[in-house]
Amino acid sequence: MKNKADARRKHYIMFTILLYVCALTGLAISFSKSKKKTKMALKKAWKSFENILPQLSCVLLIIGFMLTVLDTESITALLGADSGMAGVFLAAVIGSITLIPGFVAFPLAAALLSSGAGVMQIAAFVSTLMMVGVVTLPMEIQTFGKKVTLVRNGAAFVFSLVVAVAMGVIV
Amino acid sequence: MRFLGKGSGLRGAVMAFALGAAAAGPLYGAFPVATVMMKKGASLFNVFVFVGAWSTAKIPLLTFEASSLGLEFAGTRLLLNLFGIAIIAWVVEHALSQEEQQGLYDGAMVEN
Repeated sequence: MKNKADARRKHYIMFTILLYVCALTGLAISFSKSKKKTKMALKKAWKSFENILPQLSCVLLIIGFMLTVLDTESITALLGADSGMAGVFLAAVIGSITLIPGFVAFPLAAALLSSGAGVMQIAAFVSTLMMVGVVTLPMEIQTFGKKVTLVRNGAAFVFSLVVAVAMGVIV
Repeated sequence: MRFLGKGSGLRGAVMAFALGAAAAGPLYGAFPVATVMMKKGASLFNVFVFVGAWSTAKIPLLTFEASSLGLEFAGTRLLLNLFGIAIIAWVVEHALSQEEQQGLYDGAMVEN
């Protein structure tokens, strides 16, 4: 268990380094083509960083608090690999109801994963979070009508359970 | 929109997918765009593929997912979703009768 988590952490770090290398290479190429446009791009990047920062730092705080209250044992009991289909179902329901943007949800999911949650359960949470929207049902009904909305969300929910089980087997 | 209409086949579906994946913003941002697509005569299957791609295969979010949950997690999920999006679109389209499908198009016309 411990080794698997360590290996995963190593993967994140490597991928992050890869992203940085790509970004820096792109920046260098852009700078050699046009200094002015590169400056503009950097300004835009800083702006979106400023936009994300308050939300993201708040999320990190909440994750910190949550992990203090919920210790590894209770997370493992609720959403751990041994919680089985009940845990998957619970995670899928939570994901369906909540409306959190991805850049908030992924760090949260990663934190849960490294404090004892199972891959299946986290996959169910991530999948329903993105595909099923209980809060946005009224908006969806306005566009597509009741039937489409219910069928789409229902199918997406069932599919998320399938994805979760498949991910539990593969990852 | 002739690229996304009925009989646009695999190319239409791929284009609808690319449209959704290139988008940014929460899922409810996709609904107004879907209305416009219906208004312009895109096939319902392609509209639902677009919504599916928007919901779960947005490119910026995929890189973020990979960096926080790992490439293996994000990649596997994306691969499964390619099938899932098509299956869900097919299921939704076939859950509707001809009249209901026509009703959707008519509804899109009325909305601005």
